[in-house]
Amino acid sequence: MTADARLSLHVPEPGVRPGGKPDFSYVDIAPAGQARRPPIDVDPAEIRDLAYSLIRVIDDEGAAVGPWAAALSGAELRQGLRDMMLTRAYDARMLLSQRQGKTSFYIQCLGEEAIACAHRKALAPGDMCFPTYRQQGLLIAAGWPLVDMMCSVFSNEKDRLKGRQLPNLYSAKEAGFFTVSGNLGTQYPQAVGWAMASAISGDSKIASAWIGDGATAESDFHAALVFASVYRAPVILNVVNNQWAISSYQGFAGGESAKFAARGHGFGLASLRADGNDYLAVYAVSQWAAERARSNLGPTLIEWVTYRAGAHSTSDDPSKYRPRDEGAAWPLGDPIERLKRRLIAGQEWSQARHEQMRAEVEAEVLEAAREAERHGTLHDGPRPSPASMFEDVYKDMPRHLREQRQQLGV
Amino acid sequence: MPRLTMVEAIRDALDVKMAQDERVVVFGEDVGYFGGVFRCTEGLQRKYGKSRCFDAPINESGIVGVAIGMGAYGLRPVAEVQFADYVYPAYDQIVSEAARLRYRSGAEFTAPIVVRMPCGGGIYGGQTHSQSPEALFTHVCGLKTIIPSNPYDAKGLLIAAIEDDDPVVVLEPKRLYNGPFSGHPDQPVTPWSKHPLSEVPAGRYVVPLGQAAVRREGKAVTALCYGTMVHVAETAAEETGIDAEIVDLRSLIPLDIDAIAASVEKTGRCVIVHEATLTSGFGAELAALVAERCFYALESPIRRVAGWDTPYPHAEEWSYFPGPDRVGRALIAAMED
Repeated sequence: MTADARLSLHVPEPGVRPGGKPDFSYVDIAPAGQARRPPIDVDPAEIRDLAYSLIRVIDDEGAAVGPWAAALSGAELRQGLRDMMLTRAYDARMLLSQRQGKTSFYIQCLGEEAIACAHRKALAPGDMCFPTYRQQGLLIAAGWPLVDMMCSVFSNEKDRLKGRQLPNLYSAKEAGFFTVSGNLGTQYPQAVGWAMASAISGDSKIASAWIGDGATAESDFHAALVFASVYRAPVILNVVNNQWAISSYQGFAGGESAKFAARGHGFGLASLRADGNDYLAVYAVSQWAAERARSNLGPTLIEWVTYRAGAHSTSDDPSKYRPRDEGAAWPLGDPIERLKRRLIAGQEWSQARHEQMRAEVEAEVLEAAREAERHGTLHDGPRPSPASMFEDVYKDMPRHLREQRQQLGV
Repeated sequence: MPRLTMVEAIRDALDVKMAQDERVVVFGEDVGYFGGVFRCTEGLQRKYGKSRCFDAPINESGIVGVAIGMGAYGLRPVAEVQFADYVYPAYDQIVSEAARLRYRSGAEFTAPIVVRMPCGGGIYGGQTHSQSPEALFTHVCGLKTIIPSNPYDAKGLLIAAIEDDDPVVVLEPKRLYNGPFSGHPDQPVTPWSKHPLSEVPAGRYVVPLGQAAVRREGKAVTALCYGTMVHVAETAAEETGIDAEIVDLRSLIPLDIDAIAASVEKTGRCVIVHEATLTSGFGAELAALVAERCFYALESPIRRVAGWDTPYPHAEEWSYFPGPDRVGRALIAAMED
């Protein structure tokens, strides 16, 4: 190094841009079954390697292998498959509805269905998820009515959120689904606080926090980690690494230099990196973290490695910033196809039954959409009243809001 | 009746609520074992245990963020931000989250939290320990913002804030923690024990949010003020001999517009006093409201006396501070027009 060397700024750049050949060689992938499964009371310092490994269960042949292969029954696996297929069909319908002008905006979770759907099955009634806008699978796997979700997407007269929120920003307390903000990362310390409150109250409930790879750059991510660490809060800290934050690849959140799971190490957190497209791995790892939290053993940070197979939202065209065929090259495959292969390999499923289920969930979604649309869509049909705009700003409407409502004449 | 300082009154409010309601938890930087840098939480950890009164990491966004989560769970967290000047990292959590949970979730989730923070200057705190950021909160729909000026109100308002189902920002004028303040830094400090409003009843009582108090009845001019400036305005009225009616707003949102309008209708003149910087300060809102509601009763222009539009300077603190001389000149000008 010479003393007069000029400095230069490193600006990360994804390996491939549109027109290039997709290349996921940067994603470190361990063979299915290889990662060890420690006891839940393990000292986090002893499992630092698991932040760099990749916990996988379903192998390329559809076998469930290794110590994380959970004892889920055939019925449970078929239900998991159905939850994911229903989520995908729901997304497809809502995307279409947006294109038809029935709502302003939509965010699908294409390719990421296993993470929310399988995680939900590892939680207990009363637990609280603090999701982002891409965890609709939590609601669907909880059996929450599609019509209710759609009414929120359409902001119609039956919207439980009274037409106040963008599509995807659901709230369903009964389903353990915290109101989604839209500002990124804010829910992370809130989840830790909820979990702290459960511990303060001597309760048995746990919280599950959600964030994307991009938003781990937010200060609130680090705030949450320090609070979770300091108070050993009963919380699961999920990081969904789907490689892309709108057009910014994960390198802009520091993914070039370190694994997202390893963010937990500086705080002494149990930190795992897992295959987010593997329903069985998601279930097993989530269950491990949930049991650990519920046993008062503290938080677990989990990086779910996945790929955002669709656009960020209806407002961007991914072919402008990444190769059009990148999704097809994603090395961890598609979560629905992989669980299907697992079920068929286990003699629990067939192509014919799969087709039948696809038809079933599509019909279910269509019927729900018809019912939801009867209550109105964003620009057509019944809507919440303008007077309701002034409600719930405060518990009791203060005088200045009453006056403003009168000025609006409602 | 016991006589308390404002610090003791705040501690008493927390004590009363923690004893009555096990959902009340108190935390913040240095709040637990040490009892807070201004001693407002002294003894609470010993009395109620470490899981109800505890120290927090130095991360204001985290402090308010976890308070919101606790509130959503069903607790009644009272979070302390060590100085109002440090609250900005928590601003997103306060503005985008606490203030809007109820609205955006159709009232499924709420944030019944209290965020306490010492504000104001007069202690040689420089530009990072002296600010009065109330207007940054009053501008936010969904928040309530209160500023006590004496021990009696401090206790009653804080209890009301803890019992309130909406998020409440409590700005505590640190210059008033241990005694009222005439506004003349060269005069001997007087203790709260000589002030009538240091008589603080034991046990629970509330000063309802949204009710102003007339501290000095007068016929000549209305002085709208809150926090430290209530005492400064009292000094100015005394020193100028002007029969000012001094209205202590106590609660900025919700605002007691009836009390304000009644006073201005009576006096026909209005001077607004706050320590925060002038431009886009809460005084601008007050001036607009008075103009809208009392225009035909006004006999002279509405005047504002405020901190200069500069950061709070360390050495020139008393040139910055809107003291009795500046307030007095505004009262005189309001009478001369």
